[in-house]
Amino acid sequence: MRKALPLIIAGLLAVLPLLGLSSYWMHILILVIMWSVIGMAWNLLGGYCGQVSFGHAAFFGVGAYTAGILYNKAHLSAWWGMPLSIVFVTIVALIIGYICLRLRGPFFALGTLAIGVILRVTAENLTGITEGDLGIMLQERTWIDKTWYFYIVLALAVVTFIAVKMIIESKLGYYFVAIREDQDAAESLGINTTLYKTVALSLSAVFTGLAGAFYMNYMGYIDPKIVFALHDISIVTIMVVMVGGVATYWGPFVGAIIMVFLAEIIRTIPKLGAAHHTFFGILLIVIIIFLPNGIVGDLPKLKKLLRIGKAA
Amino acid sequence: MAMLEVKGVSRFFGGLAALTDISFGVEKGDILGLIGPNGAGKTTMFNVVNGFYPPSKGEVYFKQKKISGLKPHQICKMGIARTFQVVKPLQRMSVLDNVIASAFLRVKTRTRAEEIALDTIKFTGLLDDRDVISKGLPLGKRKKLEIARALATQPEMLLLDESFAGLNPAELDESIGIIRRIKERGITIMIIEHHMKVIMAISDKIVVLSYGQKLAEGTPKEIGNNPLVVEAYLGEAESA
Repeated sequence: MRKALPLIIAGLLAVLPLLGLSSYWMHILILVIMWSVIGMAWNLLGGYCGQVSFGHAAFFGVGAYTAGILYNKAHLSAWWGMPLSIVFVTIVALIIGYICLRLRGPFFALGTLAIGVILRVTAENLTGITEGDLGIMLQERTWIDKTWYFYIVLALAVVTFIAVKMIIESKLGYYFVAIREDQDAAESLGINTTLYKTVALSLSAVFTGLAGAFYMNYMGYIDPKIVFALHDISIVTIMVVMVGGVATYWGPFVGAIIMVFLAEIIRTIPKLGAAHHTFFGILLIVIIIFLPNGIVGDLPKLKKLLRIGKAA
Repeated sequence: MAMLEVKGVSRFFGGLAALTDISFGVEKGDILGLIGPNGAGKTTMFNVVNGFYPPSKGEVYFKQKKISGLKPHQICKMGIARTFQVVKPLQRMSVLDNVIASAFLRVKTRTRAEEIALDTIKFTGLLDDRDVISKGLPLGKRKKLEIARALATQPEMLLLDESFAGLNPAELDESIGIIRRIKERGITIMIIEHHMKVIMAISDKIVVLSYGQKLAEGTPKEIGNNPLVVEAYLGEAESA
């Protein structure tokens, strides 16, 4: 049963579009799956390897801009951005890794935060390449209907899930967790911590970048404030994983469902709609206090709490 | 043949000389005891050999190859493993996973790593605790886990930093047994220890440090009769 769970969930998701869902619901589903991908990617670096990044928008944005610039300047299909983003995002990740991975703990987090902001400002000002704040718009999207976008992002999610699982159960996974638990001990056990942190960062960046390239194709419009956003990308990425469950396979998926729905629900509340960051902040505080391992990570604890709730 | 050679090693922290011009060698298959009062520089010596601190002066050779200046993971790959005085288990991993993580140094597949890890924890008497999350282990077993983890990297030389401190007499006997069996496997050992009885019983040679200087070097018997050592080390213990 447990082993079949990923298959069952992927199967269920795959038949969902056949139900004839409205365009709005398809959009929500696509966002949930896209955020799961970003969450799983962040989890590799932040959850398993213990290097908390506050700058994943950097990779998301570079992925999105790879697709956008290819379309805008080279007049190629923006879909080429998906394979090509792997190259560009890896290069950016190696540079960021070289700068930031010598920093530990909170200093690494601050370093990545700064880099995310630097890339946003750069994209805003390199108007010759990125069109700056005007952004890049696809003259026409590949499909009007959302079904194919759904299957493409679902395929990306399945690949990411399998990749993460294979990585975590291999030598790499053990090395990542060893580095998270104690970098000095890991180093003295023969683990080249600098190398493996760079590997974790690059893998994490590539999957995030793929999600970014998909976003360009799907949404048809990007600008620096959207794809390099600190709040709406970098912080939400962390929240997806924190809420769902750090270093768990299903945490990012659960977190993505909650975060996307929460954002939608809050948006419909009159007057309070614009304050969704406030609600995210409150949610994060509650999660950190009561479920520090996230919903999936603290599932036994959560079940216990709910049972007490019923009895009382 | 000298397995490890320390040649004129000094290590400064700012103006403080933690080690001054230390030289000694460890023969293949021997147990070398490193003793000295608190703050003598024993752990610093380990950190220099293991690569955490490059020596400010002097060199360290392992099997005739210079290792000073290399990174800890490179030195570990060459065959020197260590334990920590303040134990550093990978806290949120099970005992078995801790040892698997270090067994991966010499093997690629998870199956092989697990075989080595199981062998190693059997050897160190942790088999019953293999699924315990190491955060919850009592100190005695954490010290054993440190040894198991170091052994799983299949070293030729093992640096043991106070692997006996804080153990009860039963655990102490057991650990001495483990160390003797490690020696039987042909692994060279350098050990820091405060239990004089233990160090005198198991060491082939002893090096005494005091205030970062080498005070004496010799067999346990010679060290026990050396007036300088008695004054600096044992004498202090008597007056306490």
